[in-house]
Amino acid sequence: MDSTLRLIATNPVDHLARTVEALLVVASAPLSVAEIAEATEDDPERVETALGLLRERFSERRSGIVLEEVAGGFAFRASRGASGACARLFERPIERGLTQAALETLAVVAYLGPCSRPEVARIRGVAADSAVASLVERGLISEAGRESGPGGAVRYRTTPLFERVFGLDSLAALPRLDDLGADSGRIRERLLEVSAARAS
Amino acid sequence: MPAAPVRELDLDLDAFEGPFDLLLTLLLREELEPGEVDVAAIVLAFVERLAERDEIDLEACGEFLVLVSALLELKARLLFPDEAAEPDALEPEEAAEELARRLAEYRRMKEAAVWLAERLAGERDRWFRLGPAPLAPQPERRLASQDPNALAAAVRALAEPPPAVSLGHMALRFPPVSQFLDRFRALLSRRRVFDFESEVTGLSRVEQAVAFLALLELRKGGEIAISQAAPFAPIRISRSWPAAAPAGRSPAPPAPQEHEEGFGPADSERITTWTARSA
Repeated sequence: MDSTLRLIATNPVDHLARTVEALLVVASAPLSVAEIAEATEDDPERVETALGLLRERFSERRSGIVLEEVAGGFAFRASRGASGACARLFERPIERGLTQAALETLAVVAYLGPCSRPEVARIRGVAADSAVASLVERGLISEAGRESGPGGAVRYRTTPLFERVFGLDSLAALPRLDDLGADSGRIRERLLEVSAARAS
Repeated sequence: MPAAPVRELDLDLDAFEGPFDLLLTLLLREELEPGEVDVAAIVLAFVERLAERDEIDLEACGEFLVLVSALLELKARLLFPDEAAEPDALEPEEAAEELARRLAEYRRMKEAAVWLAERLAGERDRWFRLGPAPLAPQPERRLASQDPNALAAAVRALAEPPPAVSLGHMALRFPPVSQFLDRFRALLSRRRVFDFESEVTGLSRVEQAVAFLALLELRKGGEIAISQAAPFAPIRISRSWPAAAPAGRSPAPPAPQEHEEGFGPADSERITTWTARSA
């Protein structure tokens, strides 16, 4: 512990690092470098240097608190070693009871958002009202305007909380859609193959 | 075997008899007219098949729903070719392509959901704080620097009762008639004749009116004679007593001392009455 404190104390951004640490303790959502720089009225580059120091100090196996880069910012979380104790004391209301329908809806919104409920329903083949309402209530998606034209449907997009819950730095961390599932050509070929086998 | 019930679903329809996937293939190859297919009968057959099983295969149900809904859409497009909707332009080949494309799109999203579920499971040992509100940025409102005393003075000025409005101008104030009686008597002691207008020039309308009352009073007492050559012509006042006051007349022509003392009790009484009436 002393060695850790000495590490910060000997650094030129010592004071800034302590201020950033305080901001991260108070924050309930990841803070971006720009937000921290504005709050500390300091240079973004110096803030990044301070964050580097804090990441070194608050890392797995070195501290019970870990500084992670997630959802486009920096935030504290518990170390994975303490997850068992956390699970015995705390609840995970956001992930609990997340159904397959909700996950599929979440995937559609994450990849195609902002998109409306009719769009989700068109892709999934079933109404998405209940799944969308559940995701909104959990804070994983939120409204993002309406479709153009009078009476346009409400559109939804994923929230920073979605990225944080799924441990994503940003939506760009999602796998490429083309790498998932089969393409339409293959599906059609399969249908024709089945047809040919039946006919023979 | 997730899709087994769908593939194994044997159909006995008016237009087709055989497995469901063959029906789909024939539709895609345009060897069967979608309008001839009784979709409700397909659904009934599937539901009956489900009822025979002890447990429900949700994935198979989902796939069946997607296929049947696509089939319904295809049928609807062909049944209502005059509709202005985009399917109007779709040829059966394109419709088949569209069906396959949508199936692929859905499968990709399904795979994405699987990826998300696995990701969530892998992140179960990540615990972090969740607050009710992430950040509450307060928009900065800078006001121009102000002197608190100036504000207090402004409020104080507003709190003070307004000055009472003077109604003095609404009440007419009449000068005493005696004042003009004295004046005219003094004038008549010096001159025998004078013009009324020349004597009241510069006075207010009220004063002129009171002066005229004094004239009438003098006329009533026989002290003066009033003449006017024509309407609106100057009013000429002439003394009716040559040198001394007629006997028994009151008031008497004003002697200097009497003039100082004013007029008799009868005059005072009349003057008071006029003033009160006028007021």
